[in-house]
Formats: sequence, structure tokens, C-alpha cells
Amino acid sequence: MKRTANLWLIIAIIGFCLLPWHVVEDGFWSFSWVTNIGYVESSSALILMLVYGKFWFWPTALAFAFVATCLATVSNPVTRAKMIASSALFGLVCTAFQGLVIVRDGPRFFTDILNFTSINEGQIGFGAGAMVTLVALLFILTTGVSAMGKGRGDAFVIGLIGLIIALVGVFVFFPVAHILIRAFENKDGTYSLIHFIPRLFSSDIWGLGCFAGGTCGPAINSVILATMTGAGTTTLGLAFALIFTRTQFFAKPLLRVLTVIPIITPPFVIGLALILLFGRTGAVTQLFADMFGIEKSRWIYGFSGVYLAQMLSFTPIAFLVLIGVVEGVSPSMEEASQTLDADRWQTFRYVSLPLMRPGLANAFLLGFIESLADFGNPLILGGNTNYLSTDIFFAIVGSVADPAKAAILAISLLMLTLGAFLVQRRWVGTKSYATVTGKADSGQHAALSPAVKAACYATALPWAIFTAIVYIMIFYGSLVKLWGYDNSFTFDHYLQAFSIDFSNGIRWTGSAWDSYFTTLTIATISAPLTAIVGLSTAYLLIRQNFAGKSAFEFSTMLSFAIPGTVIGVSYVMAFNFPPIELTGTSIILIIVFVFRNMPVGVRGGIAAMSQLDKSLDEASITCGANSFTTLRRVIAPLLGPAMIAALTYSFVRAVTSVSAVIFLVSARHNMATSFIVGRVEHGEFGIAIAYSAVLILTMLTIIILLQLAVGKRQLRRTDRVEQSA
Amino acid sequence: MKKSATIGILSLAAAFASSHASADELSLVCSAEQSWCDLMASGFEAKTGIDVAMVRKSTGETLAQVRAEAGNPKIDVWWGGTGDPHLVAAEEGLTQASGADTAQLLDWAVNMHTISGGKTVGIYAGALGIAYNSEILAEKGAQPPACWKDLMNPAYAGEIQVANPNSSGTAYTELATFVQLFGEDEAFRLLKEIGKNVNSYTKSGSAPSKAAARGETGISIGFMHDMVKLASKGFPLKIVAPCEGTGYEVGAVSIIEGAKNLDAAKQWVEYALDADVQSLAQTVKSFQVPSNSNAKVAPESPDLNSIKLIDYDFATYGSSETRGRLLSRWDAEVKP
Repeated sequence: MKRTANLWLIIAIIGFCLLPWHVVEDGFWSFSWVTNIGYVESSSALILMLVYGKFWFWPTALAFAFVATCLATVSNPVTRAKMIASSALFGLVCTAFQGLVIVRDGPRFFTDILNFTSINEGQIGFGAGAMVTLVALLFILTTGVSAMGKGRGDAFVIGLIGLIIALVGVFVFFPVAHILIRAFENKDGTYSLIHFIPRLFSSDIWGLGCFAGGTCGPAINSVILATMTGAGTTTLGLAFALIFTRTQFFAKPLLRVLTVIPIITPPFVIGLALILLFGRTGAVTQLFADMFGIEKSRWIYGFSGVYLAQMLSFTPIAFLVLIGVVEGVSPSMEEASQTLDADRWQTFRYVSLPLMRPGLANAFLLGFIESLADFGNPLILGGNTNYLSTDIFFAIVGSVADPAKAAILAISLLMLTLGAFLVQRRWVGTKSYATVTGKADSGQHAALSPAVKAACYATALPWAIFTAIVYIMIFYGSLVKLWGYDNSFTFDHYLQAFSIDFSNGIRWTGSAWDSYFTTLTIATISAPLTAIVGLSTAYLLIRQNFAGKSAFEFSTMLSFAIPGTVIGVSYVMAFNFPPIELTGTSIILIIVFVFRNMPVGVRGGIAAMSQLDKSLDEASITCGANSFTTLRRVIAPLLGPAMIAALTYSFVRAVTSVSAVIFLVSARHNMATSFIVGRVEHGEFGIAIAYSAVLILTMLTIIILLQLAVGKRQLRRTDRVEQSA
Repeated sequence: MKKSATIGILSLAAAFASSHASADELSLVCSAEQSWCDLMASGFEAKTGIDVAMVRKSTGETLAQVRAEAGNPKIDVWWGGTGDPHLVAAEEGLTQASGADTAQLLDWAVNMHTISGGKTVGIYAGALGIAYNSEILAEKGAQPPACWKDLMNPAYAGEIQVANPNSSGTAYTELATFVQLFGEDEAFRLLKEIGKNVNSYTKSGSAPSKAAARGETGISIGFMHDMVKLASKGFPLKIVAPCEGTGYEVGAVSIIEGAKNLDAAKQWVEYALDADVQSLAQTVKSFQVPSNSNAKVAPESPDLNSIKLIDYDFATYGSSETRGRLLSRWDAEVKP
């Protein structure tokens, strides 16, 4: 412990004394701060404190002195640990506090008390030195806490918990608080609780009129839609997963592609395709009208259309969560059941299905939350029905901006998510679902009973065909002049977006290239970070016990449940000013993706990890490995499918998300989706669809490569299915 | 432990790489059509040598961002998009006077300049109109509408689409136009009557005309230049200037308060008001009427002189108070 703490103390002191404390104009890696050593902007905290009289760095320096003294003089390990932890905490709090209070134009609060010249000069955002110092202080704190005996004295686990809490705190709670506090704001700018409660529970939000022939509030509409979407996508996802693992269906690879395509589809495209197929003048509608004389109607605009689009969009998420879980159910259990004379149906109903509970619950939760926060589909297909996500968007950008209303609606949405989360936990309960153990088994999965198999085929295959038709239409749409009116073949849309000029070296002349490259870069950086953060969190939640675990678990879900618009605006509010100034950079995009998509990694990781028997960890620890090695060498390799799901999903979401990035994209860092949305807004469907088609192909290629790279996990089973006699 | 920390440090280290604006640069948010934005930006770069960093965002999104960034803006100049949000920004002190020369501008553009205290100025105008899909109406055997009041015709039941004024500036312009044309009580009576024929109130202002172009609805209400653009692509869309007269929007340009590149921003405003620059809009199929009296008007553009334009009172109907009152009355009386 002493060595670790010493190491972190050295790092902290380097951050404090050598690195530039504030943001450097040209970027840290330009190293201009080495040559511009004389300037305030490129000075370290030590120089600022001693030379420029920035006295608010003294507490941080003092914290180092405390830590160093304790390490050197105190011999009782527990007392030492306590003192180190409290000194580090003191340093963290003081550093964060001065950063929050003293901004660009001087003090943000307490202007009267803090009326000193050096404070009034203000300061710019945290830079390299501040980051290194804060991170190092954080780890000194966690090292101290672990040495106090918390978390079985495991420094790695405590460090990880500390890091994730800090990250979620800074990048989820801190920004979101900026906007949620507006819910308590009155019209005159004061804050109160009295007006908040009636507004939160007003019938404008929770009205039940639609059960009596009228219209419901947006919250009720959203709940009904989300419950149906969650149930529907879980059922379909399970059917697909069963076909994959338990049958010998002949076209599995094709099916696999079809189950992935919808999540790699940029928003608006599915809605648009559905309109062009099922709208009043859509292809299918025309066909049915001509053939069967069915009257053309506008049924697609409203609840049914949104539901259809969400089912198309979110089934793959359920599938990605469930495939790993269904695969992981131990054949031994099924064998045991059959040995005990159960038939296939009984085995499935009473053994396999209950073992899939964590997977089903997590798939449902994801579908439910995705549906609540979905913005594109209700916008295009919603008709006159109101949903929370669109209402929130227009409360912020509509013709009358009402951030208070947006905040209240966002809180209603969070209440729904919290409700779903609690129900989900209750349903899963505290049983053990571990089926991947160290013991060898035959690896022969029980075949499905004929009835279940028929049911799977009957639900999944028509759906697959439907998905295929939608996508064939999309590609067709990108190759005709004016989809629906002028069906002559053309490559113009592709040329306009993706032309390359070879006459004078390679020049990317198409209008889409810039945003295309930015999008791919940002997605590539954020995907592995998301997977790491998400799976580490899942590891903590499943394998470790610590105080406040439930609250911790819910807090990691928060950023996912909050609609993108709210996240986007709150990020601008929080990260446009010191201490953390990120707007206009690509970093803010990366961060927003990591923390918005992290929950999928968490859910997938939880579902997969609850199947891994704890004896595997214990065996590893008994053999002398520490928990980091166990995580890396034992657990991580068994999490292949969960890892693929997390990587794929976060990559794809980074490419396809709209509402969160609309406020965060800047001229230098534009994203593909905001390009597409801009084109759709002005009716240039051809180029929007062509761009989407290119994105779909790009992502499909990347996903296939990813699956090859991560590889298939070896469960020492030959994954085969019992031959049906 | 060390390794997890390395990851943490590495990810944070990426945060140091942020870059900032340097000299001879202009950060522009464009709220017009992408192709027009591109044309304007590259023209400005060629003319002045100033590097333009441009992003396209709708007016509502831009206003929300400008509000959130107030005090430390990342945007220098906001070009295009309907004038109401520009006026709101001026009212809230989010934009600053540009000192633009308005001598050559048409009255409605100067008007924007005057009521905002010089903080925003008109660059184009577009009139509100009705569009109908000739194929759909022929199929239904219905006569095309010529006036606002024709829209109450029961023959159009379920065929009219218009945006919701709570979310769309276009629809608010329509609401304000009705109030100015017919008086408030009569306007709401008419809107309620027309509402019986409306199949849905869309969120976005441009959605109804797109739906009409594809035949998803028979009739739409929106800005005529959007309709002209759709018709020029080959959709069977016919455009009507209502006989009672109609309102219009004025697209505007504003400099953000606290802009980092103020000189460049001022040059941009000057450039945006230039007659030759405005004449180029039609080359990218943007058919709004330019605000410079010397700029060329596209032959396809709705001719503002032949349309009965009302004397639209931007000061009154752009104010938050009138807006809030009209919208709550709309919610109470018209909303389905």
C-alpha cells in the first residue's frame, strides 16, 4: 500500500509542479507550453502559486505535504491509511472547489468575500496538470480507503469504484444537475419546491384521457409504448437467439446480418422507409389498394407507426443481449433435466428459460428505456400523439423555449426509468444464474421442442423478411432520382456526397467526406472506452459488494435514460465554462458517447457475468492471482459476446445518435447524423439515404471485422445442438 | 490498479488536445439550406481569405445553444433562418449591433434592423402560402383552394396538414397572420373550423409541404419558397397565394454578443447583405426573395409584389407576451 501511495503522490506532484495547470491554447501535445514557459497560461500550479500569487493552490500543496508526512512518519497502518485518505480527500475537495468558484471573469459565487485582485483576474479551464493531479489524488484516496480494510482491502477494486464514481459524477451528474435544477424554477427566476410537485404530477403530463376516448398525457403514451416495445423486442430477440443457438437453421449468417442492420441505421431512415412503404401513397399501400381494394389510409402516422419503427430499431439490442445469455445456459443443466425424464418443452420451460431471466430482464429494460428516450421515430411518425422525448425537445428548441417544462418532463421520464429498473430487479431477484462453471460438460445444447421451434420461426422469420424488404427499399431509394416519383436510375446522390478527385493527387471533393471521417474517428475512439467503462462497472456490480451498490447501479443507468436533447443542452451548460471547458472540441463528443452508451455495456456485462460461476474467480485468486489479473485472464475472455455487444453498440450509437450531438457538433467537428438530418429537413432525401446506405455498409464491415478480432469464447464445449430425432 | 489508472489517465489525457480559435477565422452557424450555406461560406473564404468554420443547425437549436453558451460563446455569427428567434436573441441581449449599412435594403429588412436596435438585419423574405398535391385533389375530385377560408371546405376533410405552432416557427407565423388578417376572435374561429379538416399537426414546420409533395396529405400550409423548391424537383405540387393576403417571414443575420472574431463577423454581415452575393442564392435553388434591392430575384421565386402581403407586425407578434397568450389560446381552442 505504501508503495502504491508513494507512486501516486509522485505523479500528483509532477502534475502540480511540472505540467501546465490550465488548458493550453494550441493543445497539450503541441508542447508549446514548454517553450512558452514564462506565460501564465502555460505555467504549472506551483509557479502560479509562488510567482503569480494564486494563493488558492496552497490547500492542494498542503494536501501533498500531509500525505507525504503520513507516509514517512505514521507507523500504525490503519491510522496511516485514515490520515492519507482524509488528506487526499481534502486536496480533491479544495482543488475542485477553487475550480468551480473561480472562473474566467473571477469568482462565480461569494463575490463580496472573494474580492481580491488575483481572484478577480479569473482563470481558464483545467488542463493537463489539473487532470493528472486530480486523478492521482483520487487514487491516493482509494488506496487509503482500501488500506483501511474496506472492500476486503482490494486496492484495485476500490480504485476502480472510485474512478467510476468520479467519472459518472463529473460527466453525468454534474451536467445533468444544471438542467434538472431548472425544474424548481418559478416564472420570476426564483426557486421553490411548492410549485414543483403539482407541476410534476399535472394532468398535462399524466392525463389518462385516452382510456375514455380523449387524449392521454405524454408520459402515459410513452409508458404504454415503452412497455409494448420492451416486451415485443425481448420476445423477438429471444426468438432470434434461440434460432441461432438451438436450431440448425440454414441461413444463420444472413439472419445475423438482418438482426444487426437496424441498429446501424441512421435515424430518420427507418421512419422514412416506413412512410414510403406504408404511407398513404407508399408502395405496399398502393399494392394492397390495387389488389384487394383496401382503402388507403394514414394508419402509419400515430402510435402504430411509432411502435413498428421502434420494434424494427430496437429488436437487435435485445438480440445482442440475449444471444450471449442463451448461449451461456449450461448444457449440463439441460441434460440433467432430460435425464430426470423431462421432455424438451419441460426442459425449456422449467430449466432453460428461468436461467435466462437476467438476460430477459436486461433486454426488456434496455428496450423500455430506448423506447422512452427515442426521438427520431416519434418525430417523424408520431402524428398527433405526444411523447415525452419529443415534448422535451420542443420545450427546449420550440417556438417558446421553456427549460423548466423540459426539466419537469425529463424528471417524469427519469421516474419511469427508475420504476422499470426497480421492477426489473425485483423480478430477477437474488437467485443464482451461474451456468458457466469450471466443470466440463458435454456441450450439447438441448434442442427446442417442436412447438417452441415453430413459435420461434413463426415470429422471427416474417420479421426478418420484413426487415430485409425495408432495407432493400432503402438501397433502392438511394439509386433513383426521386423515390416514389421519378424512378429512373442514377448515381448522382452518391457522387454528390462521396466523389473523389484523382486528377491532382487524391482530393475528397464530396460534401459528406468531412463529417464521415470525423464520425468514424470519434466512434472508433469512444467505442473501446465505452466497453471498458461499461464492463468494469458490470464487474463491480456483479462481483463486488460495497455500500450503496444499488444507488451506484442506478446512477450508471441515468445518462442512458435521459433524452439526448437534455444531455446535449446540459453538456453545453456545464462544459462551456471553467473548470472543464470542452465545447467546440471533439473531446466533448467522445465523452458524451462514452457516458451515454456505457449503460449498454453495463447491462450486457451484468447479464453475461451473472452466468459465470464465482468459483472461477475464487480458483484464480486461490492460485495467487490478484483481482486485476483475474479480471483480465479469467473473466474478460469469457465475456466475448458481451464485449462484442458493448463495442458494436457503442460504435454504432456514436455513429447514429442525433439528439445529443445536435448541440455539441461544431464547425470543426461535424457528425454524419447532423449532416443527414439537415438534408432531410430540406427534403433532399436522395443524398440523405445514399449517405445512410454508405454508413450502413461501413458499420457492417466494421462489425464483422470486430467479431473476427474479438473471436468466439471457448467454453470447452463444442457448440452443437442435439439432433432432433 | 496501475493499469486501470493508466487507462483513466490516457482517456483524460485526450482532453488536453483541445484546440482554440486562432486569428483570421470565423465560426458560423447557418440555419438555411445546406447547399446555400456551403455556397455562402466558400464565397466568403474566397473573397476575404478568412477561414470559415461552419455548421448547420436549425434556428431553435441555435437559439438554445446560444443561450446555453451565453458569456463564453463559441459562435461568432448566426446567418439565416426565420427572424423570430433572431429577434428573441436580440431581446435577451445574446446578440450585438453589427453596424451594417442598410441603405440598399428593402423596407422589411430595415424594419428588422430598427426593431432589434441594430442587432439583427433581414437578408431574405419568404411568404406564407398554401400548397396542394394536384394528383390527390384530382383523385378526390376537389377544387383547389384559392383563399385561407376555402380551407374550411368539407371536401378537404382529413387532407390538410399544418405544423403545431408550439414547436414550429412556421406555424406560429401562420397563427399570427390569421390574427392580423381577421382579428383575434375570428382567427381562432377559422383555425378551429379548418382544424376539422386537419389530419395532423406536425412538429416540424417544413414537414407538411414535404408530405403534400409525396401525396401523404392533399394540402399543406408553409413557406412558399420551400414549396417551390419541392415542385422544382418534380413533385406534383401547386402553390397558392391566398386571396385574403398573407404573412411572411424575414430571414436574418446576427452577430453573437461576445464574439471572438468580431471583425470577421462584421465582414460577414456586410458580405451577406451584398447584392451580388444575394443574387447567387437561386443557383442552389433557394428561392427566397433577397433583401438587397439591387439583387436579382429568381424567376421561380414567389413575386412578393403580386402577392397581397399584410403589414406584418414583427414587434408585437414577436414579443414573448403576445406569443405566450396566442399559443395558450391555440392550445385551448384549436388543439385536437
